Amino acid sequence: MLTTQQDRLMGEINELVEVHGHDRSALIPILQDIQSRYHAISDFTMQVVADRLEIHPVEVFGVVTFYSFLNEKHHGHFVIRVCRTISCDMAGKDAVAQQLRSDLGIDFGETTSDGRFTLEWANCIGMCDQGPAMLVNDHVLTHVTPERVHDILAACEKTFGPHTPQSDEEHTL
Amino acid sequence: MTIRNNMTLSSVEKNKGLAAAMKMEPAGVIGIIRGSGMKGRGGAGFPTGAKWHFAASAKGERKFVVCNADEGEPGTFKDRVLMDEWPDLIFEGMTIAGYAIGAQEGILYLRGEYTYIRKALEECLAKRREENLLGNHVLGNSNFSFDIHIHMGCGAYVCGEETALIESLEGYRGEARNRPPFPVNTGLNGMPTIVNNVETFAWTSAILVNGADWFKAIGTSKSTGPKMLSISGDVECPGVYEFPMGTTVNDVLDAAGCDCAKAVIIGGASGHCLPPAEFSRAICYEDISTGGAVIVFGPDRDMLDVAESFLEFFADESCGQCTPCRIGNVKLLEGVRMLKCGKCSTNCLRDLCALGETMQCASKCGLGQSSPNAFLSIVRHFKNEILGRACTAAES
Ligand SMILES: Cc1cc2nc3c(=O)[nH]c(=O)nc-3n(C[C@H](O)[C@H](O)[C@H](O)COP(=O)(O)O)c2cc1C
Ligand code: SF4
Repeated sequence: MLTTQQDRLMGEINELVEVHGHDRSALIPILQDIQSRYHAISDFTMQVVADRLEIHPVEVFGVVTFYSFLNEKHHGHFVIRVCRTISCDMAGKDAVAQQLRSDLGIDFGETTSDGRFTLEWANCIGMCDQGPAMLVNDHVLTHVTPERVHDILAACEKTFGPHTPQSDEEHTL
Repeated sequence: MTIRNNMTLSSVEKNKGLAAAMKMEPAGVIGIIRGSGMKGRGGAGFPTGAKWHFAASAKGERKFVVCNADEGEPGTFKDRVLMDEWPDLIFEGMTIAGYAIGAQEGILYLRGEYTYIRKALEECLAKRREENLLGNHVLGNSNFSFDIHIHMGCGAYVCGEETALIESLEGYRGEARNRPPFPVNTGLNGMPTIVNNVETFAWTSAILVNGADWFKAIGTSKSTGPKMLSISGDVECPGVYEFPMGTTVNDVLDAAGCDCAKAVIIGGASGHCLPPAEFSRAICYEDISTGGAVIVFGPDRDMLDVAESFLEFFADESCGQCTPCRIGNVKLLEGVRMLKCGKCSTNCLRDLCALGETMQCASKCGLGQSSPNAFLSIVRHFKNEILGRACTAAES
């Protein structure tokens, strides 16, 4: 990683500490912000956050690995989480999941090679009356059908602009 | 259309309950909640008035009111609808609770999956601050200042358990604590803390407007008031319904449109499975207690698929702190897969059931204590479907 990237990341973490505070209770909000900006929480990030909050990096690692919305592994710009719980299952989630696999060319737990999409299972997302349901980042989609999958992915691609950080840079952070 | 029948909360005037509370002593407010007989709407059914009374009498420099909006139980979505429709009544209820127990700070712990609701909730809070329904000297009461902020969850079902939720608020892994001590004495940052469900706070506002006797007149003597139910699965009209406590499963099925249910699971993945012979039972704390999830299964559903889905969920969501839950759920899941392959002997099934019973009594928190419920009740009521079956699963 280039020093300038490290410096920039450290600067951002310092800012986040200013916003959320130095207390242990600030740890998860800080990590959530880093996750949404960088789509991953690297070893380097964990070390810097630990230093700033004056806790052991293992404490940060423990938290990152506990929560399913915090990830060490790099995630795509769009994280698609398909609800796999029983009501969505009965409503036909398997067909939607299969179409997502085919259209993206990846399986669940994987990220496309261009770093745009990650496919994951979610446990109940509270849309049991409108299944099959899924989340695309923070947005919820209901009554999803295999036919709609293509349009949903196309709509994501459209919002993927030049302002977004390069994926190879993100990988190293 | 998510809301399916008449909702009492639609007719409750906003902030009237809070104004009424401000004219009373805190002990008077707790008296009304106690008098209403309301028990917590999150599932465990602890009397709300008693919880508040303990927190009010506990000593602490600061006290906290926490609203549990981590709604993660499979099949539950009524809290989402409540937050969409009546955020004011929820925040009002939290403020009333803050006044009652002597807290200065409220926190709404919102599950990460509901991030899209956050904006509307923040706007509602901002408006309430402007109108002096929050902030310094609420409604001009010089003895009471209170504010609420939203804390985002991070994708962990166990954080709905109140002590795990507190760990998470403090910045730790969501690992449940031993109880006692209870949060009402030693909660967030070691201070007295009440944790209540979203629906509990909404009803609090209604009770302060309509009175304890109004609430008590609805439901049964041990389970007072109305309850919101989240109904999904094989019904014509899935969605959120309001029923008086004590309504039978049959009446619920009639309302949602289903006359051929083979099984109903009340209480989500941690709940119990009922066969048609038990549909005359009542949904209330003294019979079938629930946080509000009702999942209906039609005649063609395979109950082992249901057990497998729930056990995958628990194996995934166990915090891993204690052995009965961490290993037990994985073993039960393996067992269900064997059953699906027609490879489980009667002795083996007996062992699985014994393991389930051990988990119920030996697990540290409610997750492991209730995760075998669905499996055990499915085995009890659908044994003819489970034993002697040919392989229905792709062998792996
Ligand atoms: C694994 C587990 C998950 C829980 N999830 C929730 C939840 O999502 N929402 C909730 O209100 N209570 C949940 N509870 C119950 C809480 O621990 C607690 O009893 C409840 O928030 C108390 O509020 P009430 O008295 O108003 O019901 C859960 C309990 C367990 C064991
Ligand atoms: S019962 Fe399960 S979730 Fe609860 S403390 Fe034990 S391992 Fe964790």
